Amino acid sequence: MSSSNPQTLLIPLLLAAIGALLFWAFWSGLTGHEGERLAALALERVPESGASNPVTSVLLNFRAYDTLLELAVLLAALLGIWSLGPAAAPYQRASLLLDSLVGWVVPMLIIAGGYLLWIGGQAPGGAFQAGALLGAAGVTLALSGRPNAGLPGEPWLRVLAALGTLVFALVGLTLMGWGLGFLTYPPALAKWLILTIETGATLSIGATLAAAFLGGRPRTTRPAEP
Amino acid sequence: MSHEILLTQLLYGSAGLLFFLLGAWSFISHEPLWRKLIALNIMGAGVFHVLVAVAYRGLDTPPDPVPHALVLTGIVVAVSATALALAFGRRLDREEPEQTSDIQGVDDREDGTHA
Repeated sequence: MSSSNPQTLLIPLLLAAIGALLFWAFWSGLTGHEGERLAALALERVPESGASNPVTSVLLNFRAYDTLLELAVLLAALLGIWSLGPAAAPYQRASLLLDSLVGWVVPMLIIAGGYLLWIGGQAPGGAFQAGALLGAAGVTLALSGRPNAGLPGEPWLRVLAALGTLVFALVGLTLMGWGLGFLTYPPALAKWLILTIETGATLSIGATLAAAFLGGRPRTTRPAEP
Repeated sequence: MSHEILLTQLLYGSAGLLFFLLGAWSFISHEPLWRKLIALNIMGAGVFHVLVAVAYRGLDTPPDPVPHALVLTGIVVAVSATALALAFGRRLDREEPEQTSDIQGVDDREDGTHA
């Protein structure tokens, strides 16, 4: 960028105008609204959604379609990364101190992920948080020198990456087969259907994030060093 | 009480708008790919900030779950989109190493392991 350019003045001016417009929109969104908001409608129906945590109800029941497509976006991003080339060369194996720390941290992350997945029905938590923790466990393993970030070989990795989208779509289609409509859960089964979908989604999100961190298609796995 | 809520929302939401504008400025005015990528992420963080501010309804009331759900999935999608963009950057590095000196540094693992 060159500093003697009229752009250097023009860009901040334009951005200030956009900022003023956005602030006006934000202000009128906060204050200029009468009548029922979406929050009241959503909170009112939470008891019949199969999860008592409102955010999970919205994610996996009221807006389940949206969440399904977001899992598909994750899958598409990973396929894009894989199609651009092989994974980067692995990091050097960590020294003994870091390595034993990783040996503590990774199991903790996995346990915390499982806890968040389960608690997501009643309290803040759920598939995306749990998946992010599993992904973090994979990143930790990759940073300490494991060439495949603790992920299985490519055939199983493909299954894992697609699992969330697959389970989600299968549940939707099965419900459609029963004549209920795509992703319209019967209230009696809702809790278990949501938990099934969330388990698949957690594994998928974790595997996808860790595989994305490797930056490319997995290399042919060499036997791990002892 | 509702006055306090509005003030909090304005404070947090305006900070989010500021993030968005700073990111947009950086995105437009910096050439290197990785700087644009960081700028995009800051813009995204600003959007999430605004959405969380909109969802706030006081300390005693549960927040509006709809924006929270959007932010939750948005964060994970943003991370994976960033990873995809970095993979594109690495591929560009590899394709024309001498012509695209701007984007070098997107990934330094290309030539063997770290020292």
